[in-house]
Amino acid sequence: MKKMGSVSAASTIIQLFHVCKQFSNKAAVVDITLDILRNQFVFVCGPSGAGKSTLLKLLYLGEPLSEGQILIEKINLSRIRRKKIPFLRREFGIIFQDFKLIPTKTVFENVMLVLEAKGKIDKMAQKKVNSLLRSVGLENKENVYPPTLSGGEQQRVAVARAVVGDPKIILADEPTGNLDSVSATMIMDLLKKIHLRGATVIVATHNENLFRDINARIIRLENGRLISDHLQEQSQ
Amino acid sequence: MTPYARRAVKDIFKNVYLNAVAVITISLSVLIISAFGLFVLNANDIVNAWKDGIRIMAYLKPGVSGEKLLDMETGIREMKGVKTVDFISRDAAMEFLKEKMKGQASLLGNLEENPLPDAFEISLIPELRDSQEIDTLAKTIGSLPKVDEVEYGQVWLKRFINIFNIFRFAAVGIGGLFFMASVFIIGNTIRLVLYSRREEIEIMRFVGATDRFIKIPFYLEGIILGATGGGIGIVASYIGYAVVSSNMVQGISSGFFHIRFFPPEMTLEIFLCSILVGWLGCYLSLKQFLKQ
Repeated sequence: MKKMGSVSAASTIIQLFHVCKQFSNKAAVVDITLDILRNQFVFVCGPSGAGKSTLLKLLYLGEPLSEGQILIEKINLSRIRRKKIPFLRREFGIIFQDFKLIPTKTVFENVMLVLEAKGKIDKMAQKKVNSLLRSVGLENKENVYPPTLSGGEQQRVAVARAVVGDPKIILADEPTGNLDSVSATMIMDLLKKIHLRGATVIVATHNENLFRDINARIIRLENGRLISDHLQEQSQ
Repeated sequence: MTPYARRAVKDIFKNVYLNAVAVITISLSVLIISAFGLFVLNANDIVNAWKDGIRIMAYLKPGVSGEKLLDMETGIREMKGVKTVDFISRDAAMEFLKEKMKGQASLLGNLEENPLPDAFEISLIPELRDSQEIDTLAKTIGSLPKVDEVEYGQVWLKRFINIFNIFRFAAVGIGGLFFMASVFIIGNTIRLVLYSRREEIEIMRFVGATDRFIKIPFYLEGIILGATGGGIGIVASYIGYAVVSSNMVQGISSGFFHIRFFPPEMTLEIFLCSILVGWLGCYLSLKQFLKQ
């Protein structure tokens, strides 16, 4: 087990400086400073209410910061213009615990939405979506509506949607929280594959079994505070 | 069809009841505004036709003849707004009256002498449409020394124009009110649609959709609703016009005047206005919603 030391700025993709998030009567994130490197696999863990989800929301501007600064690829989120936010969000692929799929769109349309938003609607884009759905084991389900799928299948659609735009950073908020162990393993395998392709993966979870056998950085939060931050390396 | 248009059409059918309310509202607004518009248009035609036929009759004092009469005629002809001046002698006027009252010849037969005065019948140029200008001209002619009395139906004309103006202002006011009501109802309809789809819009934002990407299908939706409502309203107005018009042909007013429908360019303007209503309703509610 290694403690995280200083890192070169060039390999840093996310930087947090004294980040705080205060809700009306509760401090959700308290004075967190850390750097996340390119292509790192990071687990943000801790009990419920530790501030994991809030921290992820701050990264993709799902919530505004109360104090401190966050830099994504050197872009300061506190100073970003409203019009630029969608373009910043395209750097992220977000996986939610409750999947957040659009129930009135088919599996194909849900995944295709990311490319449509980028203005890619050609045959190549459609082929990419189909091939991605095959790779997550959802071939033959393209025209199915999400409510008719199992939880595991819905989360695989969410993973496909998160990676279809080739984002640099994957944010997964309790991605296996609502899934059985078989589906959870499948989702974690998909995230490992995405990481191997070069993406930075940040997973917020309260389930410590998820990172028991993974080489990853483990950031532990409690009551919104950073308790520990270390690299976990498994012996081969 | 572009993906935006496809999304817009799909969304309209997904919220068919809400959108039907919006279309009906626009249709009714167009129908009511058109009814007022048609009234104003046709009343305007009647006023103009009537004004074209306006004559000022200047009745002369007895004993004007020869050179004086000729000087007067030239003087009136040179006045601003005068088109023609015709002298009608008292004998010619009596002949005309007798011709008109053929059935009651005994009434005129008892007259010992011709009570009618000599007169000038003065027609006006079409540009002299304003009752104030007609009034001024009539007063000028009336102030001539040998003119005894001037007549041109001024009281009736003023009354008619006043009533007509009230209707014209009412039409503009009611048109404005219906325009605002339609924008409000379309805006609320779109707001309800947006509210029912807030999660979808939130997801779109999280996957990097720009406001433009989210807005365009809604704008198209507003335009489609406006165009559909406007189209239905115009067709309904035309049917109403056709029914009224055919009844008038059979009725007592036939021959007096013909009512007409809006000219094509005005119909197009009404149609474009209803599209504007649809778009404006969307624009206002989206502006508010996407700020959140």
